[in-house]
Amino acid sequence: MSILKIEGLCARVVDGPDILKGIDLAVEEGQIHAVMGPNGSGKSTLARVLAGHPDYEVTRGKVLYHHDGEWLDLTEMEPHERATAGVFMAFQYPVEIPGVSNLHFLQTAFNAQCRAQGIPELDAFEFRELVAEKQKLIEMDASYLDREVNLDFSGGEKKRNEILQMAILNPRLALLDETDSGLDVDSLRIVAEGVQKLQTPRNAMLLITHYQRMLRYITPDVVHVLADGRILRTGDHTLAEEVENRGYEWVRQP
Amino acid sequence: MSEALKNKNRQYKHGFVTEIEQETFPKGLNESIIRQISARKNEPPFLLDFRLKAYNWWKAQPHPNWAALDIPPIDFDEISYFSAPKSVLDGPKSLDEVDPELLRTFDRLGVPLHERERLAGVAVDAVFDSVSVGTTHSEMLEEHGIIFCSFSEAAQKHPELIQKYLGRVVPPTDNFYAALNSAVFSDGSFVYVPKGVKCPIDLSTYFRINASNTGQFERTLIIAEEGASVSYVEGCTAPMRDNNQLHAAIVELLALDDASIKYSTVQNWYGGDEEGRGGIYNFVIKRGRCEGQRSHISWTQVEAGSAITWKYPSVILKGNDSVGEFYSVALTNNRMQADTGTKMVHIGKNTRSTIVSKGISCEESRNSYRGLVRISPGAENARNFSQCDSMLVGDTSSANTFPYLEVHNPTAIIEHEATTSRISDDQLFYLQSRGLDAEGAVSLLVNGFCKEVFKTLPLEFSVEAVKLLEMKLEHSVG
Ligand SMILES: Nc1ncnc2c1ncn2[C@@H]1O[C@H](COP(=O)(O)OP(=O)(O)OP(=O)(O)O)[C@@H](O)[C@H]1O
Ligand SMILES: [Mg+2]
Repeated sequence: MSILKIEGLCARVVDGPDILKGIDLAVEEGQIHAVMGPNGSGKSTLARVLAGHPDYEVTRGKVLYHHDGEWLDLTEMEPHERATAGVFMAFQYPVEIPGVSNLHFLQTAFNAQCRAQGIPELDAFEFRELVAEKQKLIEMDASYLDREVNLDFSGGEKKRNEILQMAILNPRLALLDETDSGLDVDSLRIVAEGVQKLQTPRNAMLLITHYQRMLRYITPDVVHVLADGRILRTGDHTLAEEVENRGYEWVRQP
Repeated sequence: MSEALKNKNRQYKHGFVTEIEQETFPKGLNESIIRQISARKNEPPFLLDFRLKAYNWWKAQPHPNWAALDIPPIDFDEISYFSAPKSVLDGPKSLDEVDPELLRTFDRLGVPLHERERLAGVAVDAVFDSVSVGTTHSEMLEEHGIIFCSFSEAAQKHPELIQKYLGRVVPPTDNFYAALNSAVFSDGSFVYVPKGVKCPIDLSTYFRINASNTGQFERTLIIAEEGASVSYVEGCTAPMRDNNQLHAAIVELLALDDASIKYSTVQNWYGGDEEGRGGIYNFVIKRGRCEGQRSHISWTQVEAGSAITWKYPSVILKGNDSVGEFYSVALTNNRMQADTGTKMVHIGKNTRSTIVSKGISCEESRNSYRGLVRISPGAENARNFSQCDSMLVGDTSSANTFPYLEVHNPTAIIEHEATTSRISDDQLFYLQSRGLDAEGAVSLLVNGFCKEVFKTLPLEFSVEAVKLLEMKLEHSVG
């Protein structure tokens, strides 16, 4: 069953030129799609537009998301409504929230989603148990929970923290923006294996990446190559290898 | 109150009026009114004297205007200086005899006074307009030798203590409002913790303004003798009314050798509507004196209400090695104005002070921090650390910081940090993308911003403070 249908999507920074220039993409439940492409090609823009970042406006096209038996137009929803409907974006550059402990942040987000979905919230005790279990998945130390959100985290720690949030919020559609960059070899393996364990037949993922590194652990069903705001090629996992071997220039050739 | 006003101010949950028979003095200020106040309270003669002297000095003073505030002219003859429920007028009774309507009022405000429901870890003095309605836990405190009662009761039962200490920290001629309060003060709390006693529970006073066109002139005095310690909390609310009302208070703290006083305020007076109509003028003089060596006075305030807030809880660091602290969160919305901060006056050797101020301004409000750190010539090795942060929510609000420094001793070490920030779109988006709505996201960010201050509050009050800010922000976002 389909989970996401993007049709002819064009988007820009408010009043700027189009950055996305007609994207078509369909994602099925249980699938992993990889989106590759050179710097500045619009990968993060695509993820941010899907998540509802206020800097961008959609100038054409549609983003349909299948939720609870109906198609929702994501572009008409507030960012938090998309989140509570199961859309999650792991940020390329996670944001620091001074003064707020990671644990409190996680619990506030989790309970906000419970409320929106009409399921009972967890108390502090139950929530800690859930976190402890999810932390194991990415081998993250408990001391990060008491620290302020992303503050003075190393680049790699921030990325791990994004995946911890994903594990706790359990999204139906996860957009991972360069989660693999900035990770050392060991971290990459741990995070990639963690992400892989989060995959179920009911959810789907869009992995934005430059390299094949992450794809060695997680085999995508579909690979897209984005350049200059358009998807130039779509193929199976061998396309990723080909890009890695031959570079993006090759993709641009007609 | 107009229906429209009622609707617009849904967020102010304490805006109800208690229907109760009150005796209210005619408007106007003169010697006869002062004599009547004193007579009503059965005060000893020295207090009447104290009041009259203050009044005579006050009469000749111009209204001060140095703050970054727009204060409409106040007609002091249009205010009534005393109002009290008839049932309380014969002086404080035991809580069993208190008018049920008053008990219900305090229940509704979340401050139950009855034995059965009252807060276990906190003793409460409940002040309604010009009088105290009752004080909880006083017998238990007595067993420790601690006096905790209304100021009026103390004036009758412990006149020697009042005479000894009243006005010692804030002299009646200190300034315009000090004199006004000294002339007409109504009620407040009196706390006396004897030598070596650590007060086993938090003490608190809840101030409620109910009557209209009445000023409230709180007077609170807290004394901690050698080695004593006490934590005191103050809360305040008032009904929503179209006109402004004056709350002009004096709080004096005195700490002797090795004593420690922690004074916390959660202020939620009615702040007026979106057009700036109505609300309380909260003009307060709060000053502590670290008289003794190694004494410690700490102010924490969460100022979230009032049309105008004008106050500088201060510490005079007289004793060697004494410590003064000021932690403040001031949130303004609608057209509220706040000019608040502190004074740390270092006199003794090795005195230390810490100032942490967090100002949050929303909508068209104005929020200023004003602080003075003075190091006197004899204050060897004094240290001060100040951190003043402002956060702007929306783009029509404004924030100012006025730090004044007077250093007369070269051994002083002074650090000052200040920041002004806006909530960034990226932070908001990050939180929203995790499922928080705009209000929830702003309130989480603001709570993070205020964390250093909140963690100095007693636990149950810090929970209250977080909720209070959330409620205020709910209507200032989006
Ligand atoms: N908020 C913004 N304001 C201005 N320009 C923007 C903004 N967001 C994206 N752009 C521009 O749009 C283009 C695409 O940016 P985007 O971040 O989507 O690229 P990317 O494919 O993720 O690149 P990278 O691999 O370097 O992360 C770039 O030229 C970028 O400068
Ligand atoms: Mg990017």
